[in-house]
Amino acid sequence: MTNEELKQHITTHEASAVFDETGEWLNVYIEPAVWKSFAQWLKKGELGMDYLFCLTCIDWSATAAGKTLLTMVYHFTATTHRQPLVVKVKLDRNNPDIETVCDIWRTAEFLEREVAELFGVRFLHHPDLRKLILTDDFEGYPLRKDFEDPVNMIKL
Amino acid sequence: MKNDLQHKEDFPGQIHELPGGGIIISSFNDIVNWARSNSLWPLTFATSCCGIEMMSVASSKYDFSRFGFEVARATPRQADVIIIAGTIVNKMAPVLKRLYDQMADPKYVIAMGACAISGGPFFYNTYSVVKGADHIIPVDVYIPGCPPRPEALLHALITLQQKIKSGLTREQIRSEKPTV
Repeated sequence: MTNEELKQHITTHEASAVFDETGEWLNVYIEPAVWKSFAQWLKKGELGMDYLFCLTCIDWSATAAGKTLLTMVYHFTATTHRQPLVVKVKLDRNNPDIETVCDIWRTAEFLEREVAELFGVRFLHHPDLRKLILTDDFEGYPLRKDFEDPVNMIKL
Repeated sequence: MKNDLQHKEDFPGQIHELPGGGIIISSFNDIVNWARSNSLWPLTFATSCCGIEMMSVASSKYDFSRFGFEVARATPRQADVIIIAGTIVNKMAPVLKRLYDQMADPKYVIAMGACAISGGPFFYNTYSVVKGADHIIPVDVYIPGCPPRPEALLHALITLQQKIKSGLTREQIRSEKPTV
């Protein structure tokens, strides 16, 4: 499968998808509202994306254009055709709600816990959003650009 | 026996040959420290890349078993020395303290690498790293480096042995007035 074929399949299924083909892999932007059904189609549909190999988030608040923007980034590939696909979902930084995909790809359960504690993204219907790496009583979201910790952090 | 021991410069005592056998004159503490320093069992403990260098020192090329460190233990209750090989983060700090508390006396600590000494490259702009393992447990020997060369760890191990052979506890060394 090529990027062009990926693009055709996605356009046919989800007309609101926006593509970015600047990189080696095909990037596609999906609206948060249709993310859950799109994710289910990714796994079960023609693309058969059965492998979620990276799940992370970007905080754009340090840039002028992204003051209230968080971007969820999902990297998929399939064990059948091996063509990777990057899915991005833009979230409101002040109200970052997105549906969990851990019922579709089990690995997302831990990855979403990590993103939740470090970026403060709220994954709706996630079964267990306890902190994963940080201590249980940790306050704040340390990978957000405006994170401050005057006690533990020595500024250079 | 005389020939065997007197060729060892660090043997803590004197041997007097008498008809019918020799006599060793020494102090009991010196003998104990001498024996102790030559059989130090390290705890299998590494938190980051320094651990790879520590494994290298354990393997055939550098081989710290030449100095009596080969019996790496997976439980602190059987270990004599803990080599802090790597970054200690805030969440690891209570674990390190508990491991140290579980070790039986006498116990020794080596801080290996910049992270264990001061937080190293994570001293600035990090919310999660302890700025030096000696904030948590007392350290006997510090090895600088990022990570230190295997030779540097060997040097630290030998330094620890010398420290033990000198016969003073860490507390005694601290409180001792310098002799002029």
